Amino acid sequence: MSNILIIAEHDGETLNASTAKCVSCAQAIGGEIDIAVLGDGIDAVASQAAALDSVRKVIAVNAGHLAAPLAANWAAEILNLAADYSHILGPSTTLGRDLMPRIAALAGVNQVSDIMEVNGPTSFKRPIYAGNAIVDVETADGAKVIATARIASWKAAGASGSAEIVQGAASGSAAGHTRYIGLESEGGERPDLQSASKVISGGRALGSEENFALIYSLADKIGAGVGASRAAVDAGYCANDMQVGQTGKIISPDLYIAFGISGAIQHVTGIKDAGTIVAVNKDSEAPIFEIADIGLTADLFSVIPELENLLG
Amino acid sequence: MKILVGIKRVVDYNVRVRVLNDGSGVDTDGVKMSVNPFDEIALEEALRIREAGNAEEVIVVSAGGDECQQQLRTGLAMGADRAIQIQTSEALQPLSLARALLKVIEREDPGLVILGKQAIDDDNSQTGQMLAALWDRPQATFASKMVLNGNSATVTREVDAGLETIEVDLPAVVTVDLRMNEPRFVKLPDIMKAKRKPLDVIPLAELGVAVEGNLNVHHFAPPPQRAKGIMVEDTAQLVQELKNRGLI
Amino acid sequence: MTEREIMEYDVIIVGAGPAGLSCAIRLKQKKPDLMVAVIEKSSEIGAHILSGAVIEPEPLDELLPGWRDNPPPICIPVERDEIWLLSQKGRRRLPTPPQQKNHGNYIVSLGAMCSWMANQAEALEVDIFPGYAAADIRFTEDGSVGGVIIGDMGVGRDGQPRDTYMQGIEIHAPVTILSEGVRGHLSKRLIKKFELDKDSDPQTYGIGMKELWRVQPGKSKPGLVQHTAGWPLDSHTYGGSFIYHLDKDRIAIGFVCGLDYQDPEFMPFEAFQQMKNHPMVHEMLEGGEILSSGARAIAEGGYQSLPRTEMPGALIIGDSAGTLNVPKIKGTHQAMRCGILAADHIAETSAVAGFDRKLRDSEVVRELYKVRNIRPAFYKGFWRGFIRAAIETVTAGKLPSTLSVHADDGALRKLEGYTPPDRKWVDRDLPPRDRLASVYFAATAHDEDQPVHLQILEPDICSTRCVEEYNNPCTRFCPAQVYEMVDSAEGRQLQINSANCVHCKTCDIKDPYQIINWVTPEGGSGPNYQNM
Repeated sequence: MSNILIIAEHDGETLNASTAKCVSCAQAIGGEIDIAVLGDGIDAVASQAAALDSVRKVIAVNAGHLAAPLAANWAAEILNLAADYSHILGPSTTLGRDLMPRIAALAGVNQVSDIMEVNGPTSFKRPIYAGNAIVDVETADGAKVIATARIASWKAAGASGSAEIVQGAASGSAAGHTRYIGLESEGGERPDLQSASKVISGGRALGSEENFALIYSLADKIGAGVGASRAAVDAGYCANDMQVGQTGKIISPDLYIAFGISGAIQHVTGIKDAGTIVAVNKDSEAPIFEIADIGLTADLFSVIPELENLLG
Repeated sequence: MKILVGIKRVVDYNVRVRVLNDGSGVDTDGVKMSVNPFDEIALEEALRIREAGNAEEVIVVSAGGDECQQQLRTGLAMGADRAIQIQTSEALQPLSLARALLKVIEREDPGLVILGKQAIDDDNSQTGQMLAALWDRPQATFASKMVLNGNSATVTREVDAGLETIEVDLPAVVTVDLRMNEPRFVKLPDIMKAKRKPLDVIPLAELGVAVEGNLNVHHFAPPPQRAKGIMVEDTAQLVQELKNRGLI
Repeated sequence: MTEREIMEYDVIIVGAGPAGLSCAIRLKQKKPDLMVAVIEKSSEIGAHILSGAVIEPEPLDELLPGWRDNPPPICIPVERDEIWLLSQKGRRRLPTPPQQKNHGNYIVSLGAMCSWMANQAEALEVDIFPGYAAADIRFTEDGSVGGVIIGDMGVGRDGQPRDTYMQGIEIHAPVTILSEGVRGHLSKRLIKKFELDKDSDPQTYGIGMKELWRVQPGKSKPGLVQHTAGWPLDSHTYGGSFIYHLDKDRIAIGFVCGLDYQDPEFMPFEAFQQMKNHPMVHEMLEGGEILSSGARAIAEGGYQSLPRTEMPGALIIGDSAGTLNVPKIKGTHQAMRCGILAADHIAETSAVAGFDRKLRDSEVVRELYKVRNIRPAFYKGFWRGFIRAAIETVTAGKLPSTLSVHADDGALRKLEGYTPPDRKWVDRDLPPRDRLASVYFAATAHDEDQPVHLQILEPDICSTRCVEEYNNPCTRFCPAQVYEMVDSAEGRQLQINSANCVHCKTCDIKDPYQIINWVTPEGGSGPNYQNM
C-alpha cells in the first residue's frame, strides 16, 4: 500500500491550486495521501489543504527558517518527515522543480519529473523532447518514488474533504548559505502569457493595432493572458513577445481561444498541449478547425462583442 | 576562482523529433547534434564573469562518449579555457551525473558551478539541484540574473509568480534560464584556437562513480492525438459549451 | 567599424556541396601541405543540400577508391528504371532512353553524402566551417579576387548591431573557389563584374521541389527509379517528376519545372502536389508521412549557358557555373568531376589561369555538348521537343546546329491577352495542405531580428506595374510562401516573410522585372534538411 506525501505550495496565506492537482495525481497512484505544509504561521493554509478530497492527514510544520520556500531549508525537513512514505510528490511548478530534486538526491534516488499519467504505483508516463515523445518510466523495486506532477495534465481535486491536521516539529535549522531577499510580482493585472491558465489570441484578421483592443478587453473580462499569431506580430499589431507558436512561445493553458487565426502548423505547434482549443474564424476551411475542440465559423468582429455581452 | 560549466550534447533544437516506429527511442539517425541551448547560456555567463575579472578560469565539462568532444570543442571555441570529458558509453541518469560532477568539483575546487536549467532532450531539470544537495551547497535555479559580491552572489530567479531574489554564499550551483543572456557567436579563428586548448578525458570508473540508476525508461510513443472537436452555430452556443465544460 | 580580423589559407572554397568537397579532398590528396578551408552557410554540412538523387559513381571511384566498403548512409543500387507519361487519371509506360538507364548507379541522399564526404575531408585536415556565410568578395589592390569576407552576425533587422554583434572576418587566399550551387549569390556578382557570360547564352533554370516520405510497409520498392512527364503540366511547360524508392520504407519524391514557364498564374508547388495525387502516385503515398521537404533551383542551360569559369584569383565550379546534364537530370557526377579537375589544376600550377581551357576539353563539357540541344528543343512544346530529343540522342549530339538557350525572366506572359491552358487539376487530399505546411518540414530557421535577405531593388513596382501586368507571380512561384500581398492602411503591399525562405533562389531567377536580389542571411540560417 502506498503512502504518499504531497508537498504543498502556497504563498503564506493561500494554498496554490497546484496542490489540488497533485492530489489527483496521488489518487491515480492509489494509497494513503498526506499533505505537508511548511512555512511560518501557515495554519490557515493547512486548513485549506485539509479540505481537499481524499486527504488523510495534513502535517503543518511551522518554523521561522521555513517561511521562505528555499530548497536548501525545506529539503532536509521533508526528507525527515517522509521517512516512512513510499512516495513524495510535488507540483511541477518552479517551486516543485527547484525543491524535489534536492530531496531526491538526499534520498539517493532519481526523480520522475512531470508525471502526465500514472500506469501504476511505480510506473508513469512523462513527456520528453518538449512533449514530442512520451515515455514510460518505472522506478526500481523498493526505491522511494520522488516525483513532480505535470500541472497541465491533472484536474484539481475537489474540496469536500476534512483531513486531520497535526503539528509537526521542525527538525533542523536554516542552512545559512542561502538567504531569501524578496519576490517581485509580474507587473500588471493581466496573467503572464507563458503561465496563464486561459489565453486569448488574435490573428492578422484583427486588421490593426487598434482593433487588438477587442482582444485585450475580452481577456481582461475573463482573466486571460493575451497572445498573437506571427502574422499579427509581423503586421505590427502587437509586440513580439506575444507571439505564440514555433518561433514564439509554446504554451499549455487550460483554455485557448484563437480569433482570426488560420492555424498554420507553425502556430499550432505552440498550442498543441492546450487543454481546450476554441477557434473563431470566418473561413470554414481554415486548418485551425482541424485541431480545435470547439469551432465557430463566424466573423470575429461580431462574435467578440456578443461574447462581451453574454459574459456580462 | 574557477567556474565549472556543465554542457550536454543533445539533438539540435531545430530538428523535428520523431519516435521510432518500434517505440525503442527517438530517431537520431543522421540528425544534427548541438550543445544544449541552456548550457550555451550557462557558458556565456561564465565567460562574462571571467571577462569582468571575477574568475581566472572557465572549465567546460560533459559526460558521454567521445562524440561529445565535438560539443566540448565548441565550448572551447566560445572561450572556455579547458575542457573535461567524463567518458562513459552509457547515458547517465541525473543522480549518477551529479555524483560524477561532484568528483570533478573535488578535483578542481571551483567557486561557481553553472548549468543549464534543463536539457532539451530529457527535460528533467534535476542535475543542478542534485549536485547542490550532494555538495551541501546552495542552489539557485532558473536564474535570469546574477551579481557577484565577493564571496556571495545575488541571483534573480524566474518563478511562476514573478521574479524571486535570493543571496547565496559561494561556492554554489546556479542553473540558468533563457533570459539570463544571449550567447555570443563563435569567431572562426577561435575554432582553430580551440583545437589547441586542453581537453582531458576521465573515464567514469576513475571517478569511482557507477552508472546504474533507479529509473527504467522504455517505450517511446508519439504524443496522443487530440480528439475530434465540435462546431457550434453561434456565440450563445459557444458560451454554453464553455460553461458546460467548466472553463468559464 | 574596426578592421576585420584576417585568416589566411592557400585555397578557400565557398560551399560544401559535391563540387566544393571534391575539390577540397583532391587538393589535400595531391598536396597534403596546402592549407585548405571550406566555408558553408548552412548550420551543418548537408542541411542546405537537396537533390533527387541518382548518381553515377565514377567520380567517387576516382576520388575515394575504397568508398564502397564504407558507403554514405543512404546508398541504394538502382534496380530498375521506369518512365511514365501521365494523363489526369491514366498513364502510359515509355521506353527508357539511354540517358535514363541507371544500371550501376546509386540512389543517395546527397545531403547525407556531403556530410560523409565532409568527414573524409576533415580526416585529410581540410578545415570545414559550417555556419559561416561568405557575404562578400575580398578584392586585392589589382582588382583580382583575393578571398572572401564572412558576413557580420548579430545585426538587427534595422541594420544596427545587436548585443551579440560579431564582425565577420576576412579570409585571404590566392585561390578562391566558388562552389555555391545554382545561382550562387557571389558567383552571380562575379560573373557580372568580370563579364564571364558575355560569350555564352543566358543561364536557364528549373525549380526542383522534393519531399521525403515514410510510406506504408511494402509500398517502397528499394532500387526502383521512376520518372514521369505529361500531366499535371501542359505541353508548353517543361518538367516532370522523379520517384526514387529507398530503404526503410522511404520514398524520395520530387518535381522539376522549367522556370521558363509562361503562365503568370502558375504555381509550381501546386503542380508538384497535383502530381502526387495521380492515382499511380497516390497509391504509394497514402497512409504515409512526410519526413522532410524543400526546394532548390537547378541549372538547365548546359553547354550553351556555361560561362567562362576562371577570373583573376578565382574559379567557379559545379552548378554555380551550370554543369548539370539535363536529360539525365544528374549534376552530382559533373560537379564532382569539376571539383577534381580544379584541384588537379591548382595542385599542378598553383594558380587558376588555364582552368577554363581544361574544363572545356574535359569529359564534363564533352558530356554537356552531347546533350546540348535537348532542353532548348522543348521551347516548341512537348511533342516537338520529344522528337528532337530523340534525334539528338540517337545522333549523340553530333548534328552541327546548336540551339540557343533563352533567359527565364522574360518568359512570363502578361495577364492581358493570355489564356492559360486547361490544366485538369484535381481536388487533392495528401499532405501538405499548403506551402506553409510544407515549409514546416524544411525546418527552416532564421533569427527574425536580422536584415531581410531578399532585397527588392525597386519596391514601387510590386503594387503598381506588377499587379497589373502579372498579378504578383512571386506570391505563387516561391515554394515557401515568402512573398504575400497584404492589405494595409496604405493599400496592397508586398510583405516578405523572409523567415520561411528555403534558399532555393527561384525568386532571384524568375522575377520578370529582375528586382529581387537574394543575398545570404546570417550564417547558420535557412533549412535544416535531413537526409535530402
